[in-house]
Amino acid sequence: MVSETDNLLVSVKDVRFAYGEREILRGIDLKVPRGKVVAIMGGSGCGKTTLLRLIGGQLRATGGTVEVAGRNVASLTTSELYEMRRRMGMLFQFGALFTDMSVFDNVAFPLREHTELPFGLIRDMVLMKLNAVGLRGAADLMPAELSGGMARRVALARAIALDPMLIMYDEPFAGLDPISLGVIGQLIRKLNDALGATTIMVTHDIMESLQIVDYIYFISEGRVVAEGTPDELRASQDPWVYQFIHAEADGPVPFHYPAAALDESLIGGRGA
Amino acid sequence: MRRTTLDLWVGFFVVIGMAALMFLAFKVGNLGAANAGETYVVSGQFDNIGGLKARAPVKSAGVVVGRVSDIRFDTKSYRAVVTLTLDARYQFPRDTIATILTSGLLGEQYVGLEPGGDEAMLKTGDKLQITQSAVVLEKLIGQFMFDKAAEGSAPAN
Amino acid sequence: MNGLLNVIRRLGAMVVEGVWRIGFAARFFMLLLRHSGQSLMRIHLTVREIYFSGVLSLLIIVVSGLFVGMVLGLQGYETLQRYGSGDALGVLVSLSLTRELGPVVAGLLFASRAGLAVTAEIGLMKTTEQLDAMDMMAVNPIARVVAPRFWGGVISMPLLAALFSAMGVFGGWLIGVVFIGVDDGAFWSQMQAAVDFRFDIMNGVLKSFVFGATVALIAVFEGYDCTPTAEGLSRAITRTVVTSALAILALDFVLTSLMFRGQS
Repeated sequence: MVSETDNLLVSVKDVRFAYGEREILRGIDLKVPRGKVVAIMGGSGCGKTTLLRLIGGQLRATGGTVEVAGRNVASLTTSELYEMRRRMGMLFQFGALFTDMSVFDNVAFPLREHTELPFGLIRDMVLMKLNAVGLRGAADLMPAELSGGMARRVALARAIALDPMLIMYDEPFAGLDPISLGVIGQLIRKLNDALGATTIMVTHDIMESLQIVDYIYFISEGRVVAEGTPDELRASQDPWVYQFIHAEADGPVPFHYPAAALDESLIGGRGA
Repeated sequence: MRRTTLDLWVGFFVVIGMAALMFLAFKVGNLGAANAGETYVVSGQFDNIGGLKARAPVKSAGVVVGRVSDIRFDTKSYRAVVTLTLDARYQFPRDTIATILTSGLLGEQYVGLEPGGDEAMLKTGDKLQITQSAVVLEKLIGQFMFDKAAEGSAPAN
Repeated sequence: MNGLLNVIRRLGAMVVEGVWRIGFAARFFMLLLRHSGQSLMRIHLTVREIYFSGVLSLLIIVVSGLFVGMVLGLQGYETLQRYGSGDALGVLVSLSLTRELGPVVAGLLFASRAGLAVTAEIGLMKTTEQLDAMDMMAVNPIARVVAPRFWGGVISMPLLAALFSAMGVFGGWLIGVVFIGVDDGAFWSQMQAAVDFRFDIMNGVLKSFVFGATVALIAVFEGYDCTPTAEGLSRAITRTVVTSALAILALDFVLTSLMFRGQS
């Protein structure tokens, strides 16, 4: 599937990024074909979220290029960038719902900001989106009254309000109970297919992801260390993938933060 | 629905804020009294204005009829030029006398106008011909001491 | 020696940090002005913020104004009456309120009531990624969130200060005329003779406008600039109140010396 190069929606080439001295990404290559659900996986703090922000244009790469729909994100002007973002939906880690607005107003927000549609039409569209995530009945609640899973679904409805071509998820499964987790997982797949959109999902929940995605990239220490379809990865003997899928504590991803050998520290003493 | 009650409150807030401003302007300040109507401007030269300040009241028979709008030093005559802005409702003859007076013993100084008998009235740009300077307390006391001393020494002569 | 060096080093770092923040705040202000047009066009956004910063501050402003005026009435009368000029109570109360106390005290109250709330709100939106989410929805958070809150504050503050002064004069009248028995006519007429509309009242309004803009700018900036953690947020809130109070007092000195120089 990677061979369909002209059908790529997002392509990330040799991207590097650093916060000051701290290097987060050290040459990442990703290809996301249209219509697919792609997961980016890796341990906590490996730069997955940074990668999403690079694709959304909220951060600029220090090296390499990020292309969305054939255009280099870093070369866009602010208005071009905003134009592009109207066709992107992003689900933030904890939903990031506007706390001073009701569920209805949250979902209506992008529609009201970007369209001049009459009130009745907006209402119908919002209720349709809420229906798609199963929360039409919660339209009048405030975000504070929602459970974590419900808030995530409302945020999802908001992200798809403008029928985006690209939907990005930042840790959609974090902190959810198993039932909500399954619900969100199914929604991600269904919405992608129903809208004809493309999905990039950043997560570290391997079991859920293997069931719903088309392709997976593993990232560690700022590089892609493994990639493949769920079936390929399940069969993979790559120690890195094996450790991640089978959730083993030690392996290529070390349990210990880099340090001198234990006996050396204990016998030699710290001050020596 | 919620937005209309909010609008109502904001409207209420703006109205009472404006009302407070109006209250300050008309009831506390003197916008209604001296500054509102039309005015005309005259000036006069004084030998000494004492402690007179810009914005001091101009009174005639104790009624405020205007304000001192400007005080300047004239380098030709070496006298103070005081510009008075007077309410157009109050007209004064051309030979009106301007005096610098003090309210109370130590109060603020103001300009007193004493109308003369001329037929023609003052108009913008006119100069008051007859002026009386401020009474400077130090000079007055000095004079008094000098007179006393003179009185004391007179019998000896 | 080492300790002294450390102190100097930390002082230097603080100065550099301060200059950095001032520069950033200035750039932020320019950005804010540039995006104000589109948010002022959608006036209901600003009206909403006038509600939060103005209407919700009404009670504290009215009550404190009344009490400050009453205290001025009591204390002022005590002192004036020793020199036999109790009638000048109206002058004392109204001049101190319109020139100084109105704008300054209303500004301090405004900073701790509305300014604090604005910083907390924007800071919380930043901490919970609401600002990022808005940005990703192609809605500029400066135009949509920051600018209306700024203009709401700028509009509310002069009205609040006027209200504070008016309530104060009323409080002074209540104590002086109703309770102590200063002559009602003398109270008002002396006041009107001494207070000049343009000079005293407009300068006071100008001051309150400057304070309002300053507090509103500090509040939105601290919220927008806060470190997105619970601790960073609480620090930003503290900084809003402290910086606003210092800025109001310092600006008051500067404005007073410019406005009332050489005048009695």
